[in-house]
Amino acid sequence: MKENLYGLLAEFDSPTELVDAANAVREAGYTKTDAFSPFPIHEIDEALGIKRSILPVLIFFGGLTGTLLGVSLQVFVHYIDYPLNVGGRPFLSWLSFVPPAYELTILLAGFTAVFGMLFLNGLPRPYHPVFNVPRFALATREKFFLLIESADPKYGYDDTRALLQRLDPQEVFDVPE
Amino acid sequence: MRDLKEIQLAMQPPMVEGDHDFGSVSDKIGDITLKRKTPFHWFIGFGIAFIVAQLLMMTVTTLLARGIGIWGNNQPVGWAFDIINFVWWIGIGHAGTLISAILLLLNQKWRTSINRFAEAMTLFAVACAAMFPLLHTGRPWLAAYWLFPYPNTMGIWPQFRSPLIWDVFAVSTYATISLLFWYVGLIPDLATLRDRAKNKYFKFLYGIFSWGWRGSARHWHRYEIAYLILAGISTPLVLSVHSIVSFDFSVSQVPGWHASFFPPYFVAGAIYAGFAMVLILCIPLRVWYGMKDFITDTHLIYMGKVMLATGLIVVYSYVMEAFFGWYSASQYEQFMIYNRIWTGPYWYMYWLLILCNGMSIQLLWFKRFRESPFWLFLISIVVSIGMWLERFVIIVTSLNRDFLPSSWAMYSPTMFDWSMFIGTIGFFFTLIYLFVRFLPIISIFEVRTLLPAANVHGHPSDFDESVLGVEYTYDHTDPPNK
Repeated sequence: MKENLYGLLAEFDSPTELVDAANAVREAGYTKTDAFSPFPIHEIDEALGIKRSILPVLIFFGGLTGTLLGVSLQVFVHYIDYPLNVGGRPFLSWLSFVPPAYELTILLAGFTAVFGMLFLNGLPRPYHPVFNVPRFALATREKFFLLIESADPKYGYDDTRALLQRLDPQEVFDVPE
Repeated sequence: MRDLKEIQLAMQPPMVEGDHDFGSVSDKIGDITLKRKTPFHWFIGFGIAFIVAQLLMMTVTTLLARGIGIWGNNQPVGWAFDIINFVWWIGIGHAGTLISAILLLLNQKWRTSINRFAEAMTLFAVACAAMFPLLHTGRPWLAAYWLFPYPNTMGIWPQFRSPLIWDVFAVSTYATISLLFWYVGLIPDLATLRDRAKNKYFKFLYGIFSWGWRGSARHWHRYEIAYLILAGISTPLVLSVHSIVSFDFSVSQVPGWHASFFPPYFVAGAIYAGFAMVLILCIPLRVWYGMKDFITDTHLIYMGKVMLATGLIVVYSYVMEAFFGWYSASQYEQFMIYNRIWTGPYWYMYWLLILCNGMSIQLLWFKRFRESPFWLFLISIVVSIGMWLERFVIIVTSLNRDFLPSSWAMYSPTMFDWSMFIGTIGFFFTLIYLFVRFLPIISIFEVRTLLPAANVHGHPSDFDESVLGVEYTYDHTDPPNK
């Protein structure tokens, strides 16, 4: 048993091998796992048991905030704070309030999408234990990695390492804390 | 009966040519910024663009010192080059969003290798566009309270019923969302460059801007959701932006502007102009940087087809414009049409416009022209000129002879009008050259997903392979182009 390990990292050559390995690890009962790939792989979500993110809900409310902000701003300006009679037109001419409110909806939804995504991902985070493995630099290039954290309840150094070895990886690395 | 494989190939030609794997794709695109010696033609091109951009600096300085009287704007042509160039640039920007958002939603995979620099083009074009109305205010440092609603000590607000304020909201939202979309797409590629850079300053900078991206499956999951929703909201946004730009005209009473069909007419024109600019940029780029494997002839042909389709919508709009003038039975509208195409002082501009926008693209009906990068490049330049002429015709010929003959006046641009316009072109290409040098011009991670090896075998795939509704196996290990 080694101390002070963040986890174990297995390297694979193809997305198919990664997904198969992730399935095997999930079926073995591991939950604190993660996979790293140079491009998104849709099959990995199911293989790792990743739940659908709450992000779309946040974006909806971000957009709704934009709409309400746009409408209330214009109603306040043209109806409450500074009603200006232009040729007898109604003060509450809501049709002409649509474009700015619409643009604000999209603006705030977009902000929520991008910054919500980064926030939920815990980014920016320039340092992470997996970067301690030199080969990990290839995760943004051509290799595929599967991580089992030492915080996992089922984790045991020898057992977990043996499991990963059975999945036929290129190599299994210790990830120092 | 034709072989199913052959039909599939005809319907979906390969989007990556040559023998590539994940690593070679990363190297080929990433090395332009990281490894390869900056080519000599880059310095020449950048130098010329940078010198031309100085015209802009010179004009802006003179403008701020002496006021907008240095331009040829007058009464009644109060909106001359400023709005012509504003609409021209913002139109060019639209192709970037169309490629990155709408084609993504339509699952058009050919967008993948052109979306990155098309988005960059959008950003730079919008930056050029925004300068014109801002500087047309004469005192841009005061424009803050003219344009944006913030509580000020004078107790006044912008008029939200004016399309000009809608324009402020539309264009600033468009610029912001385009920037976010572009940047989100860049994050994984910046991480690739970070992990590959040898130079420690580059490594540090790419590290900062990639926010510590490590390609985690959970991150990709949220990333794809965010990217798709951004595409979903950018699609109505891009349509709304040019619609609102067209409201600047159509909400007014001026004959030649007051037309309800302006929004679709302008949006089609924008996409038309934008694709022309994408072709102008990518035809030399793919030769200079050896990117023919990723920006294939198929890409050029597709873009040519989009240009033909949107160009025909634009031609249809010209016909309808004349028809509406006649059918309105309003003497002012009818006069405007005669004035524009026959009796007026700018009649030749109209026919130049028809020549550039209406005639030149008819060549694209023929395979010979569509498949020749040289002709596509030439036609794209002609179309860009044509789209500029279109805005000149709409704006100047409508304004210079309006309702009262006593207020008619001719318009001619001054040296400063031209120097500002040409200066923004230099500014645009300066930014493009910097972008090509320092950032990956093609989305590396998205090109990886196009490779056959990116498919997971033995699992239900997101991409339906039975194009014709027929079940059949397609051998991914044998690229069909060999």
